[in-house]
Amino acid sequence: MSNPVIKCESVYKIFGVNAKKMLRESNGNVDAKKFQENGCIVGVNNASFEVSKGEMLVVMGLSGSGKSTLLRCISRLTDATDGKIFIEGQDLLSLNNKELIELRRNKMGMVFQSFALLPHKTVVENIAFPLQIKGIKTEDSISKAMDMVKLVGLDGRENYFPRELSGGQQQRVGIARSLAVEPDIWFLDEPFSALDPLIRKEMQDEFLRLQDKLQKTIMFITHDFDEALKLADRIAIMKDGIIEQLDTPANIVLNPATEYVRKFTEEVPREKVLLIQDVMDPSTSDNLGDLKVLKDEIIENVAEKILTQEKTVAVVDNNKKIVGSINPTKIINTVFGGRKNNN
Amino acid sequence: MEFINKYPKLFQWLFLLVVFFALCFAIEVPETYKFIRGQAEFVKDPNQSSFVFLGKEVRYYAFDVFWRLPPLLGWLPIWINDSLFFLMNEWMPIEFWNEDTQEYKTRPLVLQISRNLTAFMTFLIELIREILLGGLETIVAFTSWDWIDKNPWAELPGLPWTIVAAGAAILSYKLSGKGLAIFAGLTMVYISIFGQWKPSMQTLSFILVAAPLSFIFGLGLGIAAFKSKRIEKALYPILLVMQTMPQYAVLVPALVLFGVGDHAAVIITMVVAVPPMILLTILGLRAIPPEVIEAGRMSGCNNWQLMFKVLIPTARRDILIGVNQVIMVCFSMAVISAFIGAKGLGFNLLLALNQLNIGLALEAGLCISLIAILLDKMSLAWANKQTDYFGNLSFLQRNRNILFFAATVIIGIVLAYIGTFLFKGSYNYLFEIPHNKGISTADFWNKGVDWIFDTFFVYIKAFNTWLIQDVLQPMRALYLRMPAVATIVLVVGAGYLIGGIRSALVVCALTLFIALSPWWDRALVTAYMATFGVIVSCIIGFTVGTLCFQNKHSASFMLGVCDIFQTFPSFVYLIPVMMLFGITDTSVLIAVIVYATIPATRYTIEGLRSVPVGLHDAATMSGVNKFQRLTKIEFPLAFPHMMLGLNQTIVFALFMVIIGAFIGTEDLGQYILKALSDKKGAGIGFTLGICVAFIGLIFDNLIRTWVEKRKKHLGIN
Repeated sequence: MSNPVIKCESVYKIFGVNAKKMLRESNGNVDAKKFQENGCIVGVNNASFEVSKGEMLVVMGLSGSGKSTLLRCISRLTDATDGKIFIEGQDLLSLNNKELIELRRNKMGMVFQSFALLPHKTVVENIAFPLQIKGIKTEDSISKAMDMVKLVGLDGRENYFPRELSGGQQQRVGIARSLAVEPDIWFLDEPFSALDPLIRKEMQDEFLRLQDKLQKTIMFITHDFDEALKLADRIAIMKDGIIEQLDTPANIVLNPATEYVRKFTEEVPREKVLLIQDVMDPSTSDNLGDLKVLKDEIIENVAEKILTQEKTVAVVDNNKKIVGSINPTKIINTVFGGRKNNN
Repeated sequence: MEFINKYPKLFQWLFLLVVFFALCFAIEVPETYKFIRGQAEFVKDPNQSSFVFLGKEVRYYAFDVFWRLPPLLGWLPIWINDSLFFLMNEWMPIEFWNEDTQEYKTRPLVLQISRNLTAFMTFLIELIREILLGGLETIVAFTSWDWIDKNPWAELPGLPWTIVAAGAAILSYKLSGKGLAIFAGLTMVYISIFGQWKPSMQTLSFILVAAPLSFIFGLGLGIAAFKSKRIEKALYPILLVMQTMPQYAVLVPALVLFGVGDHAAVIITMVVAVPPMILLTILGLRAIPPEVIEAGRMSGCNNWQLMFKVLIPTARRDILIGVNQVIMVCFSMAVISAFIGAKGLGFNLLLALNQLNIGLALEAGLCISLIAILLDKMSLAWANKQTDYFGNLSFLQRNRNILFFAATVIIGIVLAYIGTFLFKGSYNYLFEIPHNKGISTADFWNKGVDWIFDTFFVYIKAFNTWLIQDVLQPMRALYLRMPAVATIVLVVGAGYLIGGIRSALVVCALTLFIALSPWWDRALVTAYMATFGVIVSCIIGFTVGTLCFQNKHSASFMLGVCDIFQTFPSFVYLIPVMMLFGITDTSVLIAVIVYATIPATRYTIEGLRSVPVGLHDAATMSGVNKFQRLTKIEFPLAFPHMMLGLNQTIVFALFMVIIGAFIGTEDLGQYILKALSDKKGAGIGFTLGICVAFIGLIFDNLIRTWVEKRKKHLGIN
């Protein structure tokens, strides 16, 4: 984890005519209200973070929280007002138009909420589009696109037009298109928000399967907290352009940094989110039972087993080495009570 | 007092009306005032006043400034005219190589550019015309007359009408299906049998040049405006004026710049047809979801790829609707530009109307309308057609239509060849049916007109007299009785009440321009005719629209009727009214009413249709009856859209009033028509056109501002 793939240093995005000047005068202390009085709208307020290779960072926030703006700054679909963004060590904001196009053609892929497919091209043509834009020969691009069609499970429908597909299928095309150039960095802007709940769940599972195989560096935008918990390696929660908290799902559930974040975590079924290692007692004693549980097991899966034990249960890592212990009371506390006390 | 507080707007309007009428009564009609029939600047009269500005002398009849403002802008048309002549004949003389005389010749730059442009256009038109009709101008353009004399075989033979008819049918089939194909075939056969082939193909060749050129320029400018705010801002006022500018008025400057003939007609058609194309291009590009643009960018498109591979294909439908609009404007202009010498159906129509040969006019009018409807339907079908997938079809399947056409070409040629034996010594009817050898129903129609006149003369006359004496004359007198100051106060006050200070200023500027031009009286007459037409049109249109809306089928049917009526070139409307009412103001007004009722009806139906279904259901569940639903729910919500219809109605009415000058009216249109045959008419015609456009824009501004406010208030987008 030496070099982060994406690195942001105090990125600001402020919309408005005098944005730059006001930002300079405010010295980095941006007060959204004050800016609004002067006709400026704060999109992203002092965002700093890193995403390392193969990691999935989910940015969660309600509408208007600036999450999509942040993503568009990093893909440079809009120019950040201030701050530095590095893509694999390269200063994104210093690239000229040609270099930027080169970067997008080879390193970046993006999936959109409304699918954004080209209505006049078939499924396979849509997927081959970024390849053809690069100047790859038609036959090669089509055969590469056909691989992608298979990858997202749309074989047999490659000659359909987007208007003939369901929402879920259209988004599969969108995903395939964004992957066609084999990018290292994958941006997904609320890819499943426009889908029905059942299809959404199916697509999330499909997405996890793909990521397992491809190991891309991902920035994933969503307004759905459950989706964030399900997918993320780390979650950034945004409000009014500010990143309120950036941490692993477990830490966000267990230790919400602000009142705002806590509201989201209240209703979360912890046994489905937390792992054994998140709640175990790192100290061990000799008085442990025979049952051993893996430390990165989700609580829900082993709770019943642990609860039937009388003694404290040993927690082991992948090498079967005992790394801690957990007793049934702890499980009961985690699942049923003490939510407020945990804060 | 409480009442005033409750309805402040109503009180403001009442106050405005009181001021207006007070001014009207306070300002007496000057004793010397009379409606000037001649043009002031050409009448020498010792009673006239005059002033000199920029070296131009302006003569006018002076009145109290409250009654009529002095024509302080009277120098403008003369100045425009002189500038145009200076540009054409004196500015920047440059030496050009003359091919014919093999020597350098000095010529002003603009004149040379205009000559070259003219030659280019003429070549294009001749090329297409000769493909359709045969001829040798194109070959001559590449070789010489001497060469043609030695090689007489090189003359282009022209396509037999059978091939063109079959081609039209095949293309229609590909675009839409059997129905349109049959219509296309029948139209072509009709044209041919009735001996209108040659003028029809002349008109078609004119449109086949004007429409693609307008499309290219419109698309290019539309893209430029989409990409650059500055270009858009510069184009916007021109587009606005062009939309309300009567087409007659554009003809006059073109006459000076490009002379008389088809080429001038093409250029002027482009001037008129490009603005709607620009507007629709911008509209289409704007409507693209931002995510599609972002997807294009993230796929690594450069600007060029983004425009031509993402944006334009995505906006395809709107752009093709623009093509449809261009074609419609071209047809309208095909008739009007006959005034400056465009050949074809329009010219025949004009000639027939001039000779009062209604039968011939009807035939030409029917032909041009049929072709217009055909091309309208074809381009709409093209716009609505979605791309098909061809990859898995065989060569034969993919190129079926082309192969089919190739076959018909061969069959057509063989038929035409057989024809040379069949009709030995006479005309080859399988190749082309000459103008006077087709079936003609002109006599029948002419007799019909005579019969109508003989039979109903008394009634028509009585109606005519009643309308003119009891309605039109008093109304006209009322309009002319308005003192200029009162009119301006009324218009500017309305602007202020509707759109605040900004609207008031815009409207004030537009009105002042007309008031300070030499044609205020004429503008009042134009306004009176348009007002009369608009009122009647709106009453008819709103009623018919509302009634038709009650039933789904009748609503669709009515919209279809509106579509077809709108396709007719505006001039065609004059034929039936002249048939019935002869050459009177009544004829013009009835044409105005028929023409302007189209948008009134259409917008009423569309507006009522756009009321959300949810609201309908909610109203029904609240237990309203049909009438209550109409008055309490549908009308209030549809009203803004209906007002946009009113706006269109006004524009349509103004157009027709100006075209009506052909029959003979005493408004601005009469002078525009006069300017066409006047050597120094360019400036006058153009300024008159601007005056008409400004009348339209005053109402356009007021109505649009109101509609926008109202829509915001109702929360409708």
